[in-house]
Amino acid sequence: MVPLSHYLALSVILFVLGAAGFIFRRNIITVFMCIELMLNAVNLAFMAFSRFLGNLDGQIFVFFVIVVAAAEAAVGLAIIIALHRNRESLNIEDVDAMKM
Amino acid sequence: MTLLFYIFAAVAVLAALNMVLQRTPVYSALSLIVVLCSLAVVYLLLGADFMAVIQVIVYAGAIMVLFVFVIMLLNAGHERPSHRSRLVRWLGAPIIFALFFELLVVIWDQFPPTSAAPPAHLDGSPRAIGTLLFHNYVLPFEVTSILILVAVLGAVVLAKKEF
Repeated sequence: MVPLSHYLALSVILFVLGAAGFIFRRNIITVFMCIELMLNAVNLAFMAFSRFLGNLDGQIFVFFVIVVAAAEAAVGLAIIIALHRNRESLNIEDVDAMKM
Repeated sequence: MTLLFYIFAAVAVLAALNMVLQRTPVYSALSLIVVLCSLAVVYLLLGADFMAVIQVIVYAGAIMVLFVFVIMLLNAGHERPSHRSRLVRWLGAPIIFALFFELLVVIWDQFPPTSAAPPAHLDGSPRAIGTLLFHNYVLPFEVTSILILVAVLGAVVLAKKEF
């Protein structure tokens, strides 16, 4: 039987990879996909706790996270399309109007 | 069972690594699909049949198709190498490593590998999920429908031509 800590370790690795991509990548779509990766890492932690605590509520939370991720993807990709139409670029360094 | 978990965990980590390192968004998207599918297998091993299917259909199916569609639509090619801000260059890697080791230490401290085994059986079937969803979580479920509606309207308005 795989112990709980191994599931959580996998979750942590995926989350940190997503965070690293979020910080280091320049392409706005890749950054967005890194957010999806982090959401999935959290989903895995929910699943593992749900299994090991014998409580189904964790799976309901994963369901809601997937729904929110779908809504987020729709709105976020629409924003990216609008951004590309206005700036002709997908590089986040070209979108620095609010940078100090 | 145990071996299967480690195989698919390794696949997920390698694909995630490839996704972060890859410079072309389409390759990143395909790697992310591999991660999502191997996580679906891990969900199956955790006894969450319904959520594994949802993961493949909704996440790897619907959401990632949206991503690939936008990548193709915007013709997102090779990411051009660029000067990073000084903050990211000096603090990025140390912060990521600090986060990584901190989380691992907390996990190993709180949940040592020898801790309690899970209950023998957890019913993750559509029937059990649906019963719970429409009894205890019926209000969040209804609120979710409003969220989806707002997201659809927002996406249409944002992606309009004259914005």
